[in-house]
Amino acid sequence: MCFHQAVPRDRRSNAINNKELKIGVEMQATAFNILFYFTAAVAVLSSIIMITRYNAVHALLYLIVSSLSMAIIFYLLGAPFAATLEVIIYAGAIMILFVFVVMMLNLGQKAVEQEKLWLQPKVWILPSVLVFALLFVLLGAMQGTGVSQQVNLVSAKQVGITLFGPYLLVVELASFLLLAGLIGAYHIARSPDARAGGTARQHDIDQNVDRVGGNQEQGGQA
Amino acid sequence: MNTVIIDHALLLAAILFCIGLLGVLVRRNIILMLISMEVMLNATGLAFIAAGSYWGQADGQIMFIAVVTLGAAEVAVGLGLTLLLFKRYNSVDVDNLKQLRG
Amino acid sequence: MLNLLWLVPFFPFLGFVLLVSTSGKMPKPWTTMIGAGSIGLAALTTALIAYEFLSQDMTSFQLHLWTWMEAGNFAPGFSLYLDGLALSMLFVITGVGFLIHIYASGYMYDDEDFPRFFTYTNLFVAAMVMLVLADNLVLLFLGWEGVGLCSFLLIGFWYKDPANGLAARKAFVVTRVGDTAFAIGLFLLYKHVGTLDIQEAMIKAKLLWTEDNATASLICALLLGGAVGKSAQLPLQTWLPDAMAGPTPVSALIHAATMVTAGVYLIARNHELFLLSPDMMYAVAVVGVLTLLMSGFTALTQSDLKRVLAYSTISQIGYMFLALGVGAWSSAIFHLMTHAFFKALLFLTAGTIILSLHHEQNIFKMGGLVKRLPLPCILFFIGCLGLIAVPPTSGFWSKEQILNATWESSTGGPLIWLGAVLGAFMTALYTTRMFCIVFLGPSNGDVHEPKGFKFVAPLVVLAFLALVGGVFVETAWQLPLSNVFPGGHAPHPPTVIVVIAIATPFLGIAISYLFYGKRVFSAEKFANSALMKPLKTFFDSGWAMDWFYDLLLVKPYQWLAKINKKDCVNLLPDASSAAAKILHAALSMTQNGQLRLYVGVMGTAALFVIFVVVFL
Repeated sequence: MCFHQAVPRDRRSNAINNKELKIGVEMQATAFNILFYFTAAVAVLSSIIMITRYNAVHALLYLIVSSLSMAIIFYLLGAPFAATLEVIIYAGAIMILFVFVVMMLNLGQKAVEQEKLWLQPKVWILPSVLVFALLFVLLGAMQGTGVSQQVNLVSAKQVGITLFGPYLLVVELASFLLLAGLIGAYHIARSPDARAGGTARQHDIDQNVDRVGGNQEQGGQA
Repeated sequence: MNTVIIDHALLLAAILFCIGLLGVLVRRNIILMLISMEVMLNATGLAFIAAGSYWGQADGQIMFIAVVTLGAAEVAVGLGLTLLLFKRYNSVDVDNLKQLRG
Repeated sequence: MLNLLWLVPFFPFLGFVLLVSTSGKMPKPWTTMIGAGSIGLAALTTALIAYEFLSQDMTSFQLHLWTWMEAGNFAPGFSLYLDGLALSMLFVITGVGFLIHIYASGYMYDDEDFPRFFTYTNLFVAAMVMLVLADNLVLLFLGWEGVGLCSFLLIGFWYKDPANGLAARKAFVVTRVGDTAFAIGLFLLYKHVGTLDIQEAMIKAKLLWTEDNATASLICALLLGGAVGKSAQLPLQTWLPDAMAGPTPVSALIHAATMVTAGVYLIARNHELFLLSPDMMYAVAVVGVLTLLMSGFTALTQSDLKRVLAYSTISQIGYMFLALGVGAWSSAIFHLMTHAFFKALLFLTAGTIILSLHHEQNIFKMGGLVKRLPLPCILFFIGCLGLIAVPPTSGFWSKEQILNATWESSTGGPLIWLGAVLGAFMTALYTTRMFCIVFLGPSNGDVHEPKGFKFVAPLVVLAFLALVGGVFVETAWQLPLSNVFPGGHAPHPPTVIVVIAIATPFLGIAISYLFYGKRVFSAEKFANSALMKPLKTFFDSGWAMDWFYDLLLVKPYQWLAKINKKDCVNLLPDASSAAAKILHAALSMTQNGQLRLYVGVMGTAALFVIFVVVFL
């Protein structure tokens, strides 16, 4: 990720020119930076808290915080469309899905006790070592510019034009993916009663699917 | 104009990714694993957005849209599997899946 | 016209391809048309070519079809070479082969594998014709192995009986011993002469070696090894009696008339090489005379009709080898032809008899068939006359030539002549015995004679040839062999020798008739006497050759296989499979369903890859 090697000369000179703008702009920029780092800190902290919660609902609430701060960061990075999507889909749709499932399972206090048993300190040691090593390596990979740079605003219009121009295939792929997810979730999550009470034809299909699943597991075993 | 050191955005992405990975590795509760994976996906999206912002191109956001789509589909199927797991073992312990032998 | 020579092997091969590609789905009449018709067309082509070849008084004709393979200077072609010798063989193969095919189309008609039979026989005829017409020894070897394969397939034709499969395997393995010697002989010949083109090799060999050269003798010995394997001569004769497990037309076509004479053809084809080595000529003569005596004694004790005929075939081929050994090349080929006539006749008639008696082959369960099967009786009688060499049947003329040549030849001599005459005596003895037991005496059992054109016409033609073929060749029309073999004056031994040779078979007939026909003496009492009983058992087992080979080769081999059950050669493959199993076990341990472990491994791998890419 050696950006400085690939940056066109004129753009870098733009960035330098930008630094020589009015003081008012600089003040604004400073406020902008403060907001950026503050939000980043919120995101990191909420994520760390999230993965340590015993109660799934609490973890979800911290995920919402994390997602919202991410949306702010997206906005600050000049991607208002992505920020909107983040709020709508993550903080909205996906979160509702999670909450829905947690409510369906209705785990209660017993699950919290169980989590406490599971999350003993020794459990954290090995994964932490691995994760810190990975982080270290990732940081090593990012020999960045270290240069402050103007945020380029990419509007929703630009995104739309590109998306339905050269990236039309991505739209198609995404639609297929969502359709597959829809059918998969529909089939997997139906209650066993519905399966047993289904028509004979449906029963056959289920058996087939079960067999396919069994085969996959066999493949995994082999 | 607003300026930002792009490295810091990427650094944030790396940190969030690692936190998510830590969550996946540590938690035995399959719901918490899925939540942690959402964080990882978010981090990936952030990296794309940051790069798109740096170049002033829309491609980054398009990749973000792809990632979001992936995340949505993954959560839908993953939660379906969670329900199935819970119905079978009356537990959300992902290690129960060890018993699924061919 | 001569350029159409390629049609002779092509027609049978085409028949084979048609039959094998339809895999027996064709209606039976069509199968008959193709199976027998292809041989008929080949016979017709042979006749036309023979007419052209002989009327133009040609010495040889060569037809290069294409180059088979090429490696440096070694480029054997698919080339056909026609001369008098090949033409004579072609007559036998296509002519007698056609008659046998007609007979077989009746004999095998009710068999469920009728198309398979013709598939094999057509391939056989194609291979045999290739063998005979081959211009070089490599192509000859192709035909040689082709007929061996077909022999194997046809002996085991009724493969559902394990005994038949065993007989087929035995024939294949035993002939393979000879074939190996043959192949080594070819390598050696190529190493020294630098070519395997037969005519060229013969010329070069004559320039390269003087008489009694050790290398030439060695090559001759190896070729002789191949010949005795294919022609069932001592010491590789044990497979032929067992080969009678095949259908009777097969016995007539392959194991009497054509394939077993391939060894004779091989030696005759390479006679110039053998002329360089008088020692090997003598060896050929000795092999011939020992074989004919031995199988003569064995034939006297057999009780299976087809096995008697099989041993008589071995014995008659012994005569051909004797003729080759004493340098009477033309006589050998002459005897080959006449033998093909009367032995095919005998086998086919035996087939009719066996079919009439509901597949009964034991001669002691026959008897008195003269009244119930008059036509087969007459035909069989003619065949027997030919076999015994009663004048003026065709067998007489050819055997007479051989005996006379033996007396005079430098590689023959009185002792060998005596053996041959004794063999003729034995022939008369066992042939008369067989005829008397089968056709005379009290009759028992019911008879169901197969009737029809297919069962009679080929036999009548063959009987005619067996009767007058010899006279015809002797007086009116010489075999076109004078250009092929070195000429020599016709042998004229002392009159008393000739008379003895002619009279001996009659003595044999008389004695045998007294024993088995008139029953003046009791054959059973004689055979069961203290002196003769062990001898009879000994002869009956084919001079205990099977037992001997079993002891010498099969048992040690089985013992070796037993102690080496865990084949040491297999250690390496076994080790690799064991390693695969261990690795498999190790890998399958990683697939334990621990999702978090999977994630951890993926993370570690990512860590490793990024580390390598970025820092190294």
